Amino acid sequence: MNDHIIIQVDNLTKKFNGLVAVDDISFSVEEGEIFAFLGPNGAGKTTTIKMLTTLLLPTSGKLMLNDYDVLSDKSNVRSSFGIVFQDPSLDDQLTAYENMQYHAVLYHVPSNLQKQRIKELLMFVELWDRRNSLVKTFSGGMKRRLEIARGFLHHPRVLFLDEPTLGLDPQTRKHIWDYVKDLNQKENTTVFFTTHYIEEAEQVANKVAIIDYGKIIALGNPLELQEKTKATSLEEAFLKLTGKEIREENAAPADIMRTMMRGRIGRH
Amino acid sequence: MRIIYIIWLRQIKRYFRARARIIGSLGQPLLFLLAIGFGFGPIFQKAGQGNYIQFITPGIIAMSILFTSIFSGTEVIWEKQFGFLKETLVAPVSRSLIMIGRTLGSATVASLQGIIVLAISSAIGFRIQNYALLPVSLVFMFLISLFFTSLGTAIGSMLEDMQGFQLIMNFLVMPLFFLSGSLFPLDNAPKALKIIAALDPLTYGVDGLRGTLINMTQYGLSIDLLVLSVLTIIFVAIGSYLFSKIQI
Repeated sequence: MNDHIIIQVDNLTKKFNGLVAVDDISFSVEEGEIFAFLGPNGAGKTTTIKMLTTLLLPTSGKLMLNDYDVLSDKSNVRSSFGIVFQDPSLDDQLTAYENMQYHAVLYHVPSNLQKQRIKELLMFVELWDRRNSLVKTFSGGMKRRLEIARGFLHHPRVLFLDEPTLGLDPQTRKHIWDYVKDLNQKENTTVFFTTHYIEEAEQVANKVAIIDYGKIIALGNPLELQEKTKATSLEEAFLKLTGKEIREENAAPADIMRTMMRGRIGRH
Repeated sequence: MRIIYIIWLRQIKRYFRARARIIGSLGQPLLFLLAIGFGFGPIFQKAGQGNYIQFITPGIIAMSILFTSIFSGTEVIWEKQFGFLKETLVAPVSRSLIMIGRTLGSATVASLQGIIVLAISSAIGFRIQNYALLPVSLVFMFLISLFFTSLGTAIGSMLEDMQGFQLIMNFLVMPLFFLSGSLFPLDNAPKALKIIAALDPLTYGVDGLRGTLINMTQYGLSIDLLVLSVLTIIFVAIGSYLFSKIQI
């Protein structure tokens, strides 16, 4: 690991109609790190990722990614990261291969490299045999693997993973982290992820930030956080820091539509 | 160019792979054509207006294009939360290119839908009057498709969830259809209705289709073409502006 800062966040704030979702946070991530972003529901994790990935404009603050200004240099920033969203964002009506190909064109992967890279990555996530199957025939775990492969297709410097293992069985979860760790080591790709499975953060992350009520309340490697809070596990440290009450979160449009989508048949 | 092409191609592939949806979306125009076409046919004939199937087929083609286009435009709402669009929005590609690719794709699909309705109508008795003008009617179909896909995209870009969708159907799409003169001739309509119809963009599409398919036009083909083209350019620009401002 070197000391190059790949993500720099300074005094980042996001307000929605007066409500403060992210409250003046600052942190940095070094190149090659696996960085876990933890927090209870509604703490501001996804909002922060959206701002880092140019999907949402901050109310104030400065964001740098791979030495590009996220607010003014969107195109370079977008070339620098790959992302796996919380909700699947594959096209169900296309095959695994077509999904990869579409991504390769959008990310300007040179035509002569496309075939080879798609093949490598699909082999890597063990989906090469299924390359010509429509994605709608895939299980949740297969879709996730395909999304991770797709996220790596343009050799991003940073990979964002928003709840990458949500709803997957332990076997698949382990597999997915093995791929991610492997790629992190081989390519020195920085990984920035959120999760509710704190033991995953404990096992995988070099550095953990805990965010609550829009503020970062702890930052360090998992062991440091445990020592600081005199906890025996990261999960205990997390609970000590954020309290035990359950957070009620107002449903966002995405949640409402997610519920509607479950009731729908045959789409997406 | 490659980017517009791959986005366009995706829309086309999706269309041909969802056969159930093609058949499903033909149900409504077919019902209109059969029930209203044959139901009102005798009265229309008695009133001295000629063959009603001849008269409403262009209207039904326009209707099916209108619904398909608006619907695929507003699909932006779904797609920005879940689908593929979210992935596309973080790609290092200008949003206008994405919007144009998407709109061209959806417009191609809507035009195909219009062509299928034309074919079905011909099978149940519709007669094209002048085959030389058929290519021009395809141009009209494509223009109507482009215009309403852009309108749908503009609306979809602004809405956060599907709750506003019903509102759009009832207060925009249905009036656009019923007030366009798709189902009745405008020349003897009350003045107020005539004025409203003249403000409805679909009117010019329907009129253009009638002009090219059955040699019957209210405003004249060049006016129809001009109005639709200008509106389409304006709305592609508005749609692409709003699309580029999407935040999730």
